[in-house]
Amino acid sequence: MRQGRAYISLVLTPVQWLVDLPAELADEVSDVVVDRGLLMKENARLKAEALLLEQKGQQLDSLAEENSRLRSLLNGRIRIPNEVTLVELIGVNPDPFQHQVVVNRGSEDGLFLGQPVLDSGGIMGQIVEMSHYTSRVMLITDARHAIPVELNRTGFRAIALGKGEPDELELQHVSDTIDIQEGDLLVTSGLAGRFPRGYPVAVVTEVTHDPGLSFTKVRAKPSARLDKSRHLLLVDPLADMTEQTDADAQADTVIVESVE
Amino acid sequence: MSQRQQGGGLIIFATFLCGIVLSQMPLPEFIGWARPEWVAMILIYWVIALPQSVGVGSGFVAGLVLDVIRGSVLGANALALTIVAYIAMTLYRRMRVFPLWQQSLLVMVLVGIHQLILHWIQMFVGYTGDSLLFLLPAAVSALCWPPIFIFLRRIRRTFYVS
Repeated sequence: MRQGRAYISLVLTPVQWLVDLPAELADEVSDVVVDRGLLMKENARLKAEALLLEQKGQQLDSLAEENSRLRSLLNGRIRIPNEVTLVELIGVNPDPFQHQVVVNRGSEDGLFLGQPVLDSGGIMGQIVEMSHYTSRVMLITDARHAIPVELNRTGFRAIALGKGEPDELELQHVSDTIDIQEGDLLVTSGLAGRFPRGYPVAVVTEVTHDPGLSFTKVRAKPSARLDKSRHLLLVDPLADMTEQTDADAQADTVIVESVE
Repeated sequence: MSQRQQGGGLIIFATFLCGIVLSQMPLPEFIGWARPEWVAMILIYWVIALPQSVGVGSGFVAGLVLDVIRGSVLGANALALTIVAYIAMTLYRRMRVFPLWQQSLLVMVLVGIHQLILHWIQMFVGYTGDSLLFLLPAAVSALCWPPIFIFLRRIRRTFYVS
């Protein structure tokens, strides 16, 4: 069934492109027709931003080094950057009940079902359907989506459910005594093995303690720009994991040696 | 004669293709709910105009294409459009003599049925949503019906589709 669907969707790929054509053209036009002053201003802003990021990057290098040293001291896992593919959005599901987008790469480009999708802000969703040259991404706000997260500040783990509303997630089963505040950052916990660990997911916007309910109601706003980003990143958590198991194996051998 | 009919088939196919592309066009959030059901309306028009060549089968194929491109349950749109085509088939003699506004009312009912079936099937699979806004396209489609009817009739007459 899934295979048949992939083939029909292969036949319909030109239709997808056709739908995207006006947006693409508008992009091209606004790329060509642009004010020089505006460009210079943007250039200056980007340079300043690059400087800031470089400065952060310098710190990051030394911190990463230190982190990996400490981890190796603890015989822990070494985390490496994930493999990344850049894709472009070519369609949005018109059904308001479904939060899905279509991107311009498919199984021919080495994508796989369940692959995590990010933008510059954080996690956007995962691939749920694939054809040869296009694939469908379910966003984290879809009513059928759930993502394991942890609170960056305290490490408390929870599951963030999509509500079918744009720009809103809900944390499930947060007991009343948990330390959680507005403005807390939720990052992926990496449990369940689908999303890599440590990417930002959402920011807590509302914490309601209702004595009549057994759990605290926690709402959060996704940090990815779900309805605006046009260029998305696909990461490959499996590459990360194989690397980790290698590291594990090494760690194990080290332990064995030390025992011997 | 046969050549002309083949050309007519192409024209009908082209209108359906336009409908499918229109139904995929991205819209801003607040009018996302009010998207007219282009494909259903085009299907209704061709069933009224040429019930001998466009019917339940065309509805099924168009629905299948729509399912794949929209990512809904395979067969949901197909079933909904099949039923719409069937009802339109039984009504076409009456619809032809109705004035436009009365046709619009019938289109509202037909698209409403289409939306209900679609929503019902999607609910089975767990696309939740407790909003009744999914019926809004029926009203919007009724409003869009007169211009679309006139436009498609113009096309049919210019290209002698019969």
